[in-house]
Amino acid sequence: MAGIPEHLLKRAQEAREKAAAEAAGATTPAAASSDAGSRISADLLERSKPAGGGVALAEKPGAVVAGTPTNGSIPYGAGPGGHTQRLLTVVKSGSIQDVKAVPVDKVHTWPHLLGVEFVAALACTAFVFVFSWFVNAPLLQAANFNQTPNPSKAPWYFLGLQELLTMFHPMIAGVTIPGMGIIALMFAPYLDRNESNRPEDRKFMTSLMTVHLMFWAVLVIIGSFFRGPGFNFVFPWREGIFFEL
Amino acid sequence: MVQMLEQKSRLTVKDRVTKLNESMQGSQAWNSIFRPGSIFRKGYSDSPRNRSYVVMNSVLYHLHPVKVKRHAVKVSYTLCLGGLSFFLFILLTITGIFLMFFYRPTSANAWQDIQSLHTSVTFGLMVRNMHRWGAHLMVLSVFLHMARVFYHGAYKAPREFNWVIGVILLTLTLLLSFTGYLLPWDQLALWAVTVGTNMMGYSPVIGSQVRFVLLGGVEIGPETLLRWYVLHVLLFPFVTVIFLAIHFWRVRKDGGISGPL
Repeated sequence: MAGIPEHLLKRAQEAREKAAAEAAGATTPAAASSDAGSRISADLLERSKPAGGGVALAEKPGAVVAGTPTNGSIPYGAGPGGHTQRLLTVVKSGSIQDVKAVPVDKVHTWPHLLGVEFVAALACTAFVFVFSWFVNAPLLQAANFNQTPNPSKAPWYFLGLQELLTMFHPMIAGVTIPGMGIIALMFAPYLDRNESNRPEDRKFMTSLMTVHLMFWAVLVIIGSFFRGPGFNFVFPWREGIFFEL
Repeated sequence: MVQMLEQKSRLTVKDRVTKLNESMQGSQAWNSIFRPGSIFRKGYSDSPRNRSYVVMNSVLYHLHPVKVKRHAVKVSYTLCLGGLSFFLFILLTITGIFLMFFYRPTSANAWQDIQSLHTSVTFGLMVRNMHRWGAHLMVLSVFLHMARVFYHGAYKAPREFNWVIGVILLTLTLLLSFTGYLLPWDQLALWAVTVGTNMMGYSPVIGSQVRFVLLGGVEIGPETLLRWYVLHVLLFPFVTVIFLAIHFWRVRKDGGISGPL
């Protein structure tokens, strides 16, 4: 009986106090419960009143009669206030049943998620629209196989690779390093066996990723803005920017 | 008496609209379009039941569950990057279809077509700008989405395989962008792609063969333009859509987006 919830204990206490008050007021519980305000109808109460011991049981097999009457109106075994049910015990969920579904705090997709998505999509469209209004996409001279522009640059996301080309053999810079990068990225979840996703538990992976991302970003920035004619190093504030998106 | 009858028979605009609405929503055509329980069939008032029906009785149910974790809708956690990448993909599909009406992938016509798109097609320049800037933005947002997922450790069990699909999608995004880069057929496109494909030729064993197949020859030429056009408007979008479908399906099957840190 150790684990009775507090509100049930409180309710039982209140009922006991009420019964005591009624007993002090010299009102019989049966009379009180057969009031017009009672929730148990009068005929049911009548049936639950044992008329004559075993005869009552034989005559009305369906009626809830617990045993021999004590002094007339109150059924045997009734609690304070005349209730015929009692709280035997409270079994907490999880003590007998194995509860698998842990309740999760959830919200409706509409409007909580769809609203956010809609606003994000609108903002994105507005940004692209306004940007396109003011900045035109480049269109240079028609393609000419006989005239190589100086410098010739790859699209910006490949400029890190082009930058590596200045340092390594094309096979290393153009194939091995990006290939290894993609493969390492794909296998990251299988190589990283640390189960925690808390930042303080995965300082090594966070630093490793940051170092690589920064390394890549620096290469792209150098390739984009610090490389001029002949793919030689230039300062953009001195020689200008040799970069088209 | 006559006045009273006239007043009774006169319908206000609101009455007419209500009546029209009722007859439309009761029609067979309407009922065959919208499923029972759809908010277009029985109107919408804000209740938990109707909130569920909005998702349950629409095609959105393929993408979203009826309820999501409370923390999953926090913008500060995802920054909307994955969703925006997908949205940009849709935006690029729409603008791309528009551009296809005015573009021929031959070395004689390609550059001229872009030129006349700028000068003589209504909103031509605008749509081309949106397509180009949207593409750069998509590369950026996919990349940032990857970084966000990594820093949250969201690739860990049970989401390992979805991360692998994500890396494939990142590669596909780069390929889509790179194949589109050649299509204007100007000096920028030609030589950027020359630099890019030269690197490809150094792959061991299969490098030169792959390069030959992709370029349609040993050097970039008119055949390359047609091949990259088909890759850009059909093959890569097709493959991307398949992987997107698996990616989104796995997000739900793996229990929604990853939990808070």
